[in-house]
Amino acid sequence: MLFKKIMGLKKAGDLKGLSKAIPYTSFLNLSYEIDDTGLLTVMRQSDSNIGNITIPAVHGGAVGGLLEQAGIMQVIWECEISKFPKIINISVDYLRPCLGKEDTFARATLIKQGRSVSNVRVTAWQSDPVKPVAAAHVHFLMG
Amino acid sequence: MTDVNEDDLYPLDAFKQIMEALPHCEALGINMTKYTRGHCEAYVEYDPKLAGDPDSGVVHGGVITTLMDSIGGAVAFSKIKAGQSVATLDLRIDYLKPAKPGSRINGTAECYKLTKNVAFVRGHAYNDDPNDPIANCTATFMIGSVGFSPKTGKEK
Repeated sequence: MLFKKIMGLKKAGDLKGLSKAIPYTSFLNLSYEIDDTGLLTVMRQSDSNIGNITIPAVHGGAVGGLLEQAGIMQVIWECEISKFPKIINISVDYLRPCLGKEDTFARATLIKQGRSVSNVRVTAWQSDPVKPVAAAHVHFLMG
Repeated sequence: MTDVNEDDLYPLDAFKQIMEALPHCEALGINMTKYTRGHCEAYVEYDPKLAGDPDSGVVHGGVITTLMDSIGGAVAFSKIKAGQSVATLDLRIDYLKPAKPGSRINGTAECYKLTKNVAFVRGHAYNDDPNDPIANCTATFMIGSVGFSPKTGKEK
């Protein structure tokens, strides 16, 4: 069962295992890292994520998928949960072109962890963390 | 929307081909089934590689986001002059119920208002019944700034 598996990987701190546990995250080429600030979700450069061949830039939907997954993983990582958080809605602001030849990083912050709902903000950037390419606001149903 | 000549707009058939061939759209297998000025329908066939939960097989929300962003952008393109670019400004998705595992995900979008700079779009995604959606979407797209401008051969 996925929930048990993911909780086991979380306990073991197996970030590589976590990144391989969900088919769609492999499809997007997502992985997780821990740095001084905490959990970081990384979308490695991947030609199949490109959605704009003019710039070229990563597809807005792939950026949305990264932000959503970073939010889910932050809740799993930070909270004592007995069930997976269920997404209620996501609102994504696209701030700058997300360049197709670069890696993209996302970090989520729990604004409020309620008993029934968690409110999460997520920011994504590429080479410069102070120049975000996208930001999202996500609500999760807990328990 | 100000009156524009059909000849000045992006040709829909050429745009459909370009959009379906975009690397990420092709990876998902986005297939446009209906495309008119201001309206677009498309689907993504179910594939286990798109699952957000391998136990249940329910697809990840990112798949729905990609479908809605793609057809939302397409409806914006359908109403602007060839040569102009489109970039997503914001996109919100309400997840109404989980997508049915094993089922095709259909999406429909309409551009209900176009100003000089902004296309306002709404749409939804569903499995079998368009009146029983799995997700609802509202999005805005910037016209003519930095963004995607496909080469359909009609650009001046």
